[in-house]
Amino acid sequence: MRLPYYPGCTLKTDAQNFETSTLEAAKTLDIELVELPRWNCCGTVHALAKDDVIHYLAPIRNLIRVDEMIANGEIEDGKLVTQCVMCWNTIKRANTAALEDPDKMEKIRGIMEKEPEYSGKVEVLHFLELLKEKGWETITGAVKLPLEGLKVAPYYGCLLLRPREFALDDPDNPRIIEDLLEALGAEVVDLAYKSKCCGAYHAVHMKEVSAELSHKILSQANEMGADMVVTACPLCEFNLGKRQHEIKKLHPEFSSIPVVYYTQLMALAFGLNEEATAFEENTPDPRPLLAEKGLIMER
Amino acid sequence: MSPGKSGQYLTFGPENASFKAKIEELSGENIDLCMQCGGCSSGCPLTEEMEFLPSTVIRYVQLGMEEALDSNTPWVCITCFNCEVRCPRGIDVANVMEALRQVALRAKYDRFSLDELTSEELMELPQIAIISNQRKLTG
Repeated sequence: MRLPYYPGCTLKTDAQNFETSTLEAAKTLDIELVELPRWNCCGTVHALAKDDVIHYLAPIRNLIRVDEMIANGEIEDGKLVTQCVMCWNTIKRANTAALEDPDKMEKIRGIMEKEPEYSGKVEVLHFLELLKEKGWETITGAVKLPLEGLKVAPYYGCLLLRPREFALDDPDNPRIIEDLLEALGAEVVDLAYKSKCCGAYHAVHMKEVSAELSHKILSQANEMGADMVVTACPLCEFNLGKRQHEIKKLHPEFSSIPVVYYTQLMALAFGLNEEATAFEENTPDPRPLLAEKGLIMER
Repeated sequence: MSPGKSGQYLTFGPENASFKAKIEELSGENIDLCMQCGGCSSGCPLTEEMEFLPSTVIRYVQLGMEEALDSNTPWVCITCFNCEVRCPRGIDVANVMEALRQVALRAKYDRFSLDELTSEELMELPQIAIISNQRKLTG
């Protein structure tokens, strides 16, 4: 299976562990992800104002690149795989909204007159959807090191599940990350706050607000005995993981808990090497805990 | 007519209808569907930080009152769409908040400038945070 893949900005910088573990885990499952040529920023958030046109250009331009790959014979299917939740949501929503509104599409064409016309036929997929399509038995079949005894709390955040029209799974009772973790042999810890906001971009100018929201989520994970939290979004990972020092400032009694990308646990369970799991890039460091559980070698 | 206990009183004129129409056009939502059940406010993870509840803001818009723009609520709203999945009347409240932000941003000024951050603070932030913040808080 050979599919075009859109990394987005943060997977190339602050979340390189997300990209590395994704590509390596995909290889194990015979999925070849080919980076989209000349990809550009998606815009990170969907243009909600109904009269907005300009913010559609960036996501639609990426979809034109997929059309070009098909025209060049590089890929067969008109599918684009994304991993960052905000990229997935933004590109998918722009694709739907533009196609539903011929006037808007006409304006977009007018502004991007040097680009080829967008076919409107590209399907935007999240990597998790691809895994579900493969089947959880296939995932279990690839496991060399079952994550036995590892208690993992899935954290969905907002945009994987909302708005309802663009949800990856049931917004009220999602199962997709739980099913994946169980396929890897891990024990799932079910958080009531698994789809409550982490504070997202308030991290920039209202960091105490983000820290308070993240504190609620992580404290619940601690109370319920989770060893770690998994996420699929680089902004969630930043607020819940890298920003734990801000939580400690507000709540000195808070005990830190590792936050990793779900693909890192896939790479670990598939028996891939340290370059693929890339746990050294996570803050807090999950390695002491994983060593204690006998899942990685002591250093 | 004197203001009631809230310090506000209702006046209805042509400007009320035009404000409401503007918000409905920008958001694509039918504000009159709201029956003030408060489901959006009970699901919102950020009400602690808000001066008005989301359902209160919706009520102001229903009445065509520009006071809907006076509170910090549209700026505290982080577009997590919890309200959208809860609304029994099918209103996407997050779209209404976006419309209010757009009215303010297009008429006045940016809400937040990155100049307010130190270079250390800026360096710590991933692009995804900076770009989404600026998309929401600047025009």
